[in-house]
Amino acid sequence: MTSSEVAAIESQMKPMTTDRKRHLVTAALVAPAGLWLCVFLVLPFMAMVVFAFGERAPEGGYQAAFTFAQFANLPSRAAAFWNTMMIAPAGAFLCLIVAYPAAYYLAIKSNPKYRLTLVSLVVVPFWTSLLVRTYAWMYILGSRGIPNLLGMIGIEDIRLLNTPGAVLLGIVYGYLPLMIMPIYVSLEKLDRRLLEASADLGAKPVSTFLGITLPLSLPGVMTGVALVTILLLGEYLIPQLLGGGKVFFIGNALVDLFLQSRNWPFGSAIAVTLVVVVVIVLSVAMRIAWKVSGSRQVDLV
Amino acid sequence: MTKWYRENAPISAGNLTDEWMRLKRGSVTRRHFLGVTGLGLATAVLARQPGLFSSKAYAQDLGTTMSLATWPNYHDPATFEAFTAATGVAVEVNVFGSNEEMLAKLQAGGTGWDLFVPTNYTISTYVKLGLIDPLDMSKVPAFSQATESARFTSEGAIDGTTYALPKNWGTTGMAVNTSKIKTKLTSWKDFFEVAMTEADGRAMVHDYQLTTIGSALVSLGYSFNSIKPEELAKAEELLIKVKPHLYGINSDYQPGMRATDAWMTMCWTNDGAQLNRDMPEIAYILGADGGEIWTDFYAIPKSAANKPAGYALLNYLMSPENAVKEHIANGAPTTDSRVLALLPTDVTSNKIVYPDEASLTKLEFGAAVTLTDPARAELMARFKSA
Repeated sequence: MTSSEVAAIESQMKPMTTDRKRHLVTAALVAPAGLWLCVFLVLPFMAMVVFAFGERAPEGGYQAAFTFAQFANLPSRAAAFWNTMMIAPAGAFLCLIVAYPAAYYLAIKSNPKYRLTLVSLVVVPFWTSLLVRTYAWMYILGSRGIPNLLGMIGIEDIRLLNTPGAVLLGIVYGYLPLMIMPIYVSLEKLDRRLLEASADLGAKPVSTFLGITLPLSLPGVMTGVALVTILLLGEYLIPQLLGGGKVFFIGNALVDLFLQSRNWPFGSAIAVTLVVVVVIVLSVAMRIAWKVSGSRQVDLV
Repeated sequence: MTKWYRENAPISAGNLTDEWMRLKRGSVTRRHFLGVTGLGLATAVLARQPGLFSSKAYAQDLGTTMSLATWPNYHDPATFEAFTAATGVAVEVNVFGSNEEMLAKLQAGGTGWDLFVPTNYTISTYVKLGLIDPLDMSKVPAFSQATESARFTSEGAIDGTTYALPKNWGTTGMAVNTSKIKTKLTSWKDFFEVAMTEADGRAMVHDYQLTTIGSALVSLGYSFNSIKPEELAKAEELLIKVKPHLYGINSDYQPGMRATDAWMTMCWTNDGAQLNRDMPEIAYILGADGGEIWTDFYAIPKSAANKPAGYALLNYLMSPENAVKEHIANGAPTTDSRVLALLPTDVTSNKIVYPDEASLTKLEFGAAVTLTDPARAELMARFKSA
């Protein structure tokens, strides 16, 4: 074997081993998450898809069959889908309106000395379970809470609990931190020199905000809106507790089908449809986000 | 010596929870609520040295915890505390609003319940699906078949095998806050009419197909148990017409009624008695046009993890001296003449709990078919999602 041959073999070997190493590292990094997702997401989802084409057993549950009846029955839950499709974006939008000024204050106006403390305060509500906090709202909105105070000044028998307004309030309250955080992050990354330059060139604060701050914070806004909307599409707890079973989300319809009428196939069909809808909403939102913000990347968290 | 940081706190976490629950629940005592939700016992168990009060003979066989599935506001928490003190077994209480929900959980598997409370008409289905065990009566010596009223307890046995023992019977009527609603209600027809007029936004129906659909059927002059498509269609029409006027669809209606958020609700005997006891303006009315009469039973799921403890609690609850306390607290009428003899006269003379026989004649026991009938299940789901 000549030395040139040896060199040629070595040069072939080297990239191969580094390649293999790289693959191994990738596999090792991806494996835990991949395995987790496969067992707890992909397999259940496949089961759900199979169930969706089945039939309800006579006593409830699932019975093997192949039918599109469940999907044909989807219009019977049109009201729940409609409610969810209306209230989820509306809730996200309300969150945005409340969250943007707060995030703006935190990122731009607040004293840097206290900024970290203030930002952590936003997260503090997460230390208590959403269930308990929503229960507290039931008490505040119930007859012994705000309506009682209104009664003292002569406004009698106001009902706040179990109304769509109560559900919206609960949603804004519950999801606000998830909206503030991404907006705060994008505003914090904002290059202050751009604001100074804008002022130097004679722009009024309002036009600086509209021309520079707002567009540059759009990725955060889009992330927040997408995050909150997606979570709201599957919301169950808040409508159940603050809507009294009257404001019905698709999540509530699902719980009903699995835990009351025991119609697993129809429940699966709705769940599959919901997943498809979420994927569509997500991709449309991302598409809009690129277009508007001009950036190709929108971080989800 | 350093002090534990919580020693000087103005209020302990436990007290705060108690206080908050009391406020939220109005005049329901916190003991009651904590007991019903199991929070009280959980706290008690955590706070207590394990085995301090337990008798060794029991503790070895029965484990330290068991799980009971039951209905809202249905037990005296003191009963479970006493049971825990006697046996060392802590009882975890799960509350459900419908038999369908219990069946769904058992069908899905892995409930962990050692004892649960199904209603008369569901037992045959549980047996058919193999979800409950025949009872080993030798483990329930406190039960006495001879003193039970067969009218209420016959559905616990199927083909001569006993699968469930009676807890109490009761009726499904309506609770009305008479200081808010001036119309005098006498029937389910009135109930749905007032729900759309005087009680607009203040009436509640159960999150439970049997009573909600059944009462709507009765108000239209049909059988409580009907599964005829055209009658169900009429009931659905009525329910969907009423829905925008309702305050809520929930089987746990005591909080709403006590806070006076709700003025009127479908109501079970025991809740009616509890509400009326604490708030005399809340009347309990049976529909003159019909409605439900029922018996709730105790049964042991086939999947129970701790059957010995399930039997121990069942036997404990069947002994008249324990049962009488339960009946005084929860206000449901007893099926056992031994318990009836022990009850104070102010309980036995309470017309909510022991109504005149004449007012019961039009009431119907739920029929097994309603539990599994897909049309009723789907109707309820459509009503809720409408």
